[in-house]
Amino acid sequence: MGVGINVEHLNAWYGTTHTLQDINLNIPANHATALIGPSGCGKSTFVRCLNRMHETNPIARATGVVKMGEVDIYKDASPVDIRRRVGMVFQRPNPFPTMSIYDNVASGLKLNGFRNKAILDETVERSLKAAALWEEVKDDLKKKSGASLSGGQQQRMCIARALAVDPEVLLMDEPASALDPVSTSKIEDLIFQLKSQYTIVIVTHNMQQAARVAENTGFFLNGKMVEFNSTDKIFTTPSDKRTEDYITGRFG
Amino acid sequence: MRPPTNYKSRSMRLNSAWRYGINHLVTGLAILSTALVIVPLVAILVYLIYKGASSLNLDFFTHIPAPVGETGGGMANAMLGSGIVLVLASSMGIPVGIAAGVYLAEYGQGKLLAMAVRFTADVLNGIPSIVMGIAAYSLIVMRQMHFSAFAGGVALAIMMVPTITRTTEEMLMTVPHSIREAALGLGVPKWRTVLSVSLRTASPGIITGCMLAFARVAGETAPLLFTAFGNQFWSFKLNEPIAALPLQIYVYAISPYDEWHRLAWGGALVLILMIMVSVTLVRIYAGRGVLKGAS
Repeated sequence: MGVGINVEHLNAWYGTTHTLQDINLNIPANHATALIGPSGCGKSTFVRCLNRMHETNPIARATGVVKMGEVDIYKDASPVDIRRRVGMVFQRPNPFPTMSIYDNVASGLKLNGFRNKAILDETVERSLKAAALWEEVKDDLKKKSGASLSGGQQQRMCIARALAVDPEVLLMDEPASALDPVSTSKIEDLIFQLKSQYTIVIVTHNMQQAARVAENTGFFLNGKMVEFNSTDKIFTTPSDKRTEDYITGRFG
Repeated sequence: MRPPTNYKSRSMRLNSAWRYGINHLVTGLAILSTALVIVPLVAILVYLIYKGASSLNLDFFTHIPAPVGETGGGMANAMLGSGIVLVLASSMGIPVGIAAGVYLAEYGQGKLLAMAVRFTADVLNGIPSIVMGIAAYSLIVMRQMHFSAFAGGVALAIMMVPTITRTTEEMLMTVPHSIREAALGLGVPKWRTVLSVSLRTASPGIITGCMLAFARVAGETAPLLFTAFGNQFWSFKLNEPIAALPLQIYVYAISPYDEWHRLAWGGALVLILMIMVSVTLVRIYAGRGVLKGAS
């Protein structure tokens, strides 16, 4: 089951650039939350702070409180522990090129030393089914490289890979922006199904996509969160002038 | 707006003739350059076979050198010695080289120590091989007061390290950052990501680097002159002087005896074949298990 995320006074820097400025936000459990905003506004940095990927860049740092349930991820846990609880799907599909489809999906478990074949088999099948890819690949699981799939299939495989470690939160950083419309709609259907079991945070440039999949939407601009509300409100009666300008296409 | 038809067709015709010509010229130059690379290689191999093949017989591969004046004899001990020294060198040089390359690419980005290591590796790469021999001589032979297979292995290992380090680093740098992030994002610790994802993805290039380093030192004579030293009989001891093919070829080639000259040609042919076979074997072995569609 998913877990809610509580963000208080989150600040992040790249070198001397203050990329995120005092973000406060409550992300409810088992819902999809969309983050929109123009390029460079900090929404990707924000999701990368939620699984401590931000700090893998040597010049990056972050301060503030991020609570996942009762756990303050910057105080009470190591980055490795947190990333096992928080799955991440990236903008471009990033399969491990040397691994088969099976090994790609099982990688989170295998690379952490898990070897029980029966459980691995079962997890791979369950994750690929959850990612709506099982029927397409079940005959080539160990024969084909993960990199030999089409872009849309690769992205669903990456979602399966993230689901295989049984996370509570799923972060998706523009998961469909490199995909064609058919693959995009498959990914959106998938998000729709997954959000009953996982807390999903999705960064997107596509406002229709936010409207289709997310209950709540946050609007970011220049490193600040301008507005956070139910998706309906954001797209029909935004309370901030800048949000209205953005969603009506007056800038960005 | 479409340009006037006559203007367009005329300039395009000229343009395409020009491009056609340039295309042929550049293709021709590429073929010529390829030939320039291949011709000397083939010429050397053919000449070696012509000069050396006749001295290859069962004795050559099974006997130790015969004393001066006697006919027959072989280079079996030198082949074995080369094998031993190269296994020693590889077992020291390859792990150190790869580990240093991993440090440079994965841990040392922007660090002063990494810059020093990189610079040292580049300088080491350009140092004449005889200097490596002198280094191993003063480090090991002088202390032990005798020549040894081990000292020869160390001299060759030092020669292997810089090549392997730099290739490993460069190959790791070609692994896309997104793949590392994929592993880190799954909660895989960094050391495990480096071992199972970065190194594994870069392994074809790293293996090539190791093979290049191996092939280079396999034919080295100078670093062995005052380390392995060479001998004329069977020796399996790492702590004693040992024969090696390049040394044996050197000794025979500068000798005044025709019989020895023939054996030197045979030895050179065998050395090249040994290098070719071992590189090919590693390539086949390392190429196994690669999946369809993997890059």
